[in-house]
Amino acid sequence: MQAFMKKPDIQTQLEDRILVLDGAMGTMIQGYGLQEVDFRTEAFNGIKKSLRGNNDLLSITRPDVIREIHEAYLQAGADIIETNTFSGTTIAQEDYECESFVDQINLVSAQIARQAADKFTALDSSKPRYVAGSIGPTNKTASISPDVNDPGFRSITFDQLKVAFKQQMKGLQEGGVDLFLIETVLDTLNAKAALMAAFELRDETGIELPVMLSGTITDASGRTLSGQTTEAFLISIAHFPLLSVGINCALGAKNMLPYVKELSRKSNFYISAHPNAGLPNEMGEYDESPEMMQDQIREFLDQGLMNIIGGCCGSTPDHIRSIAELCAKYEPRKLNE
Amino acid sequence: MDQITIEQLVVNKERILALNTQFPPLSLSGLEPLVVRPDSNFINIGERTNVTGSKKFLRLIKEDNYDEALSVARDQVEGGAQVIDINMDEGMLEGKEAMVKFINLVQAEPDIARVPIMIDSSKWEIIEAGLKVAQGKCIVNSISLKAGESEFIQQAQLVKRYGAAVIVMAFDEAGQADTYERRIEICERSYLVLVDKVGFAPQDIIFDPNIFPVATGMEEHRLNAINFFRAAKWIRENLPGAHVSGGVSNVSFSFRGNNVVREAIHSAFLYHGIRAGMDMGIVNPTMLEVYDDIPKDLLDRVEDVLLDRRDDATERLLEFAESVKGETKKREVDLSWRDTTVSKRLEHALVHGITDWIIEDTETARLEMNRPLEVIEGPLMDGMNVVGDLFGSGKMFLPQVVKSARVMKKSVAYLEPYIEEDKRAGESTTAGKVLLATVKGDVHDIGKNIVGVVLACNGFEIIDLGVMVPPERILAEAIEKNVDLIGLSGLITPSLDEMVYVAKELQRNHSKIPLLIGGATTSRVHTAVKIEPEYQNAEVIHVLDASRSVTVAGSLLGNDRKRLATDTKAEYERIRTHHANKKAQKKMLSYERAKENKLKPEFNSETIRVPNKLGVQVFENVDLNEVREYIDWTPFFRTWELHGKYPRLLEDEIIGTEAKKLFNDAQEMLQTLIEEKWLTAKAVVGIWPANAVGDDIELYAEDGSLMDRFHMLRQQAQFAASQPNLSLSDYIAPKGSGMHDFMGGFAVTTGLGIEEHTKRFEAQHDDYSAIMLKALADRLAEALAEMMHQKVRKEIWGYAQSESLENQDLIDEKYQGIRPAPGYPACPDHTEKPTLFKLLEADRIGMELTESMAMNPAASVSGWYFAHPESRYFGLGKIQRDQLEDYAERKNEDLQVMERWLGPNLF
Repeated sequence: MQAFMKKPDIQTQLEDRILVLDGAMGTMIQGYGLQEVDFRTEAFNGIKKSLRGNNDLLSITRPDVIREIHEAYLQAGADIIETNTFSGTTIAQEDYECESFVDQINLVSAQIARQAADKFTALDSSKPRYVAGSIGPTNKTASISPDVNDPGFRSITFDQLKVAFKQQMKGLQEGGVDLFLIETVLDTLNAKAALMAAFELRDETGIELPVMLSGTITDASGRTLSGQTTEAFLISIAHFPLLSVGINCALGAKNMLPYVKELSRKSNFYISAHPNAGLPNEMGEYDESPEMMQDQIREFLDQGLMNIIGGCCGSTPDHIRSIAELCAKYEPRKLNE
Repeated sequence: MDQITIEQLVVNKERILALNTQFPPLSLSGLEPLVVRPDSNFINIGERTNVTGSKKFLRLIKEDNYDEALSVARDQVEGGAQVIDINMDEGMLEGKEAMVKFINLVQAEPDIARVPIMIDSSKWEIIEAGLKVAQGKCIVNSISLKAGESEFIQQAQLVKRYGAAVIVMAFDEAGQADTYERRIEICERSYLVLVDKVGFAPQDIIFDPNIFPVATGMEEHRLNAINFFRAAKWIRENLPGAHVSGGVSNVSFSFRGNNVVREAIHSAFLYHGIRAGMDMGIVNPTMLEVYDDIPKDLLDRVEDVLLDRRDDATERLLEFAESVKGETKKREVDLSWRDTTVSKRLEHALVHGITDWIIEDTETARLEMNRPLEVIEGPLMDGMNVVGDLFGSGKMFLPQVVKSARVMKKSVAYLEPYIEEDKRAGESTTAGKVLLATVKGDVHDIGKNIVGVVLACNGFEIIDLGVMVPPERILAEAIEKNVDLIGLSGLITPSLDEMVYVAKELQRNHSKIPLLIGGATTSRVHTAVKIEPEYQNAEVIHVLDASRSVTVAGSLLGNDRKRLATDTKAEYERIRTHHANKKAQKKMLSYERAKENKLKPEFNSETIRVPNKLGVQVFENVDLNEVREYIDWTPFFRTWELHGKYPRLLEDEIIGTEAKKLFNDAQEMLQTLIEEKWLTAKAVVGIWPANAVGDDIELYAEDGSLMDRFHMLRQQAQFAASQPNLSLSDYIAPKGSGMHDFMGGFAVTTGLGIEEHTKRFEAQHDDYSAIMLKALADRLAEALAEMMHQKVRKEIWGYAQSESLENQDLIDEKYQGIRPAPGYPACPDHTEKPTLFKLLEADRIGMELTESMAMNPAASVSGWYFAHPESRYFGLGKIQRDQLEDYAERKNEDLQVMERWLGPNLF
């Protein structure tokens, strides 16, 4: 029965169909109205800072909530769920003085997602579910100075980033993720440090997990935060044999389309997109309905651009359900050769 | 060794293309991409940010003067460097720190950081430090087998993981390669190690097979250049995907201090190097002579040395060098204006289009004024007013004004950050905000850009939405940006209807913004009859040319508005009445009568010539050197609003001097664009068996089966008794005649690759060059059409094999046969183009049609060939509804759709 339980490679799935990635974690957590106490266990007694809002900790303190969210997305039809580790690096956790919890965050988060995914795979083995270890950009940039008066200054170095990313990846890998998702890339140099970490981790462990990479085009200028055009961004990260390249966050589907199209045209990696549910309204809420998002995503599919599609900020299981229904009707984009 | 001929030093381009199709192109990036394709132009790598090559740069870094060091980098990028080489290898420097600091600073300068960086060092730790601070895909310069294979592999592995391309020196454990054989041996070995052992992408490998000095007097150096060329050729032909680069300045090392000779050597070396397959190089663009401009005697001696053509080559070049020693390049520059006040200096720079000192003068002015904005409102506007006055009185010409604008833009760009800082002190004032757009479906923007520049010079703030702008966007932006005027532009006839639509939309949305109409097909009559009645909320004014846009815009936004509005209204009313009367007077024939009055030429073996070659033929990468011979320059000058016939206008009393200057600039850019292969010219022609059926022309495959048909329109006006009502179908033998006839079609383009360069110029605020390039590309496209037509007449079809005509005769259409274009006067229906494009498979040469049937790239021409001796160009004129209905039915197209397309031709 061992062979029966083994999932097929995600690559073979991508050849056959468009895979659906899950939606927002943060938006869902907000819905639970959690308080400071929910973000703590005794282990955190030494930390005086408020931990509310440090969502990655919930994998340790409220695993039930995280599990429930994963299962809601799996129920909605997501093929890939992301671990609750967007800020799971020592660099990002520094703000909360939680650097020492990083290993645990990644390990536990990966395990929770793993269990949820396996549960659904077992229910229907024709639709295997995958776990992507979410790797956020950190809150520092290696090629932009935080000080306008000192453009040569950097608050973080390539090597510091590399070490932090490698630590995160190692935890995720040990927790059993199927792949890594380096996402919301704001500064390509940060992403390159993450890719270097992945190279080194492969050397050290002999395990080569696939890597998805997703950049963020911040506005209508069509550039990343660090100033690169979509194509320049693609060229800068194409030295790694990626599973997919894509765009997420900052924009709704409609505004993201031209950049995804550009990637699809210029790249021979699989293409992913996980847009926001529109843009925040004047109240700062994402109010694009699942139907609206579906309509816009239809255009991506009509143009044959996509291999992996999901949601970012503001998206819910309802959004993912309508995306999954739509994707089932379309053929995936094919790679050359 | 046997003498090597020049031909043996030329790389086999087809072989390179064939070898490289299996790999993606070498792609590099800064903030923007740089993609090097097998058929790309030579890539210039700037060499000035290198402490080993530039004393000035070394001094700046040593003095910790990074601001000025950055400007060295910026100058290079502005000067056309596509990659910048950065080298900090100097004993007295902390190389690693300097490299990191400089790259970090470059990242903060988008105008420099847009190009990829070449990290240049002989120390691996400096290279790696550089790789850790550059977000784009860099080139590492360099690694080699010098310290053995294992170090080479280890470094290459890291280069790969940092995501960079690499320069590999022809250097191994035994030393630097100095012969041809050693060069190729080391390069091949390096290549195999990189590809097979490291898994390095072949297209990311760039070889530097060592450029050594020539004419050193040492016997063993005689083959230095030739061996580099041979090695370059060998590498490109034998190591798939790999590129060849080199540091060019090294070759002229022995002539330091003698720039005349050095520049000639560099140019000649590059000329032969590129022919041999060198596709990138580290060069100083200011140390290059134009190859064709090198005096013949000097060039001969230089090439004797480079190609080792004679034993006394070195002595003869040294002799020559002695004779020109100390002779700096003669430039008749009067710099006395530099001694005047800063306001006067700015004025001088603006009037004469000189950018050399504009930044420092602007800075001086800024320091003198209380607020940075005052520099614009004061000396800059004063200067531009002088320009405006001179322009208005015909003492300055458009090309100069555009150059002035370039100076203005540079200065303003410099001031902008200061103005931003100063914002709290108040808002900037402009003469008004003008939105410009080329309407949906149209890609032509030369005229619109000129208007933008001229208005900007006159203090208007320009919001340029570019080309193919949908009406919703025009409306939305106009409202959002709160503009004072909207200017619409278009060149092709469907744009006229699009403008009418925009006018309707403005009216519907209760806009009160005046509308300006311009562009080659627009006219006062069309504006008065079709556009103005649709938009009653505000003024609609046709603007004949760029120079008038200032007065019109100025009046509309000033006290003169009322008068202009009333006058225009009255004038347009008069035009409408006149137009209506004229229309009533003109007699038209019924379509039936018109068909009866067709032209009936002789169709026999004398007037029909069986083509030498039937079917479709593609011409890839046509040599632009050949094409340029066919240029008709008159329309070029018209683009710049210099009217008159070439070459006479060069001698014109009033505009002659300017026309000459413009012509020289055009020649210079033409030369560069050809040499550096900015544009790719492609053509496709086809000839098919054909017969007329009514006013349609049927086209047959070689087996006689029907392939497709073209639908032609017929003149319907009542002419004098003996004059026929023409249709293009008259020139093809009717199906019932029993004669097998033929017709042809063509599509040519010279606009492939243009965007990269126009964007580059626009990014440099150099509209003059951008407009110039587009205007030249347009001329080249027309020239290519002319050239292909001749080829068809003389060879492919071959009905005029003995034709021998000068270019002027061609321009004057003295040849037999015509090449009318769908959408133009003889058959104004643009919707015939898709059939033509389909038959020719024009997409194979990168041409496509927009929804308005405009061709993309814009610098393209397409049309039909008719060979009958009686075929002439004519204008269709107006047609009646009866023909329109018949035509729509023949085309199997909706009547409303055809009515829209042929609207301008309907009686």
